[in-house]
Amino acid sequence: MDLFFELLITGFLIMAGVFGLVGSFGLLKLNDAMSRLHAPTKATTLGVGGVLLASMTFAFAKGPHWSVHELMITLFLLLTAPITANFIAKVHIHQKETRDSLPAAGEDGVWATQNLDVSDNES
Amino acid sequence: MITYAAIFAFGCFSLAVLMNLWKVLFADEIADRILALDTMFINAIALMVLYGIALGTGIYFEASMIIAMLGFVSTVAYARFILRGNIIE
Repeated sequence: MDLFFELLITGFLIMAGVFGLVGSFGLLKLNDAMSRLHAPTKATTLGVGGVLLASMTFAFAKGPHWSVHELMITLFLLLTAPITANFIAKVHIHQKETRDSLPAAGEDGVWATQNLDVSDNES
Repeated sequence: MITYAAIFAFGCFSLAVLMNLWKVLFADEIADRILALDTMFINAIALMVLYGIALGTGIYFEASMIIAMLGFVSTVAYARFILRGNIIE
């Protein structure tokens, strides 16, 4: 294999390992549940992206067939990470926060996720 | 050189999975448990792709794709169960 590709793959792998470790360490280390949401959803997604980039480069350098189907996983993770983060934040808000403990919502008065009809919750 | 980098990344992601497992077991809030499970899924994807690189095959791509989809669906189902009491209304 070309030395250039070896260096590239090594760089991607080391970057991915460091980011993955930082993301999971932040989950243990940070103090507040809303801060803890940041570390895994951003750093770990970047770490997996690094591994997938390394995999693509490896397939390209090794030959003979070359494809970018790892991009599908990257795209899927980048699309779904904000949705899961939103759901987890909602769980936190409904379990641990009250209308008074949340910061002010400005001109809307109440945060939208707290502004539900009671009949809406019974089904 | 790639072998050593892959071993380093294996170590990092294995340690990350252990930390997630700790958080799943001993979190003091349910949102943290969901988050730790979701992160564990993502780290498992990384480990599988790394294993594919280490063995030099592309065979593990489909498995990691399925794990990515299942991870998203199960996280949303768990969060929705906590929020609403049932998953499909």
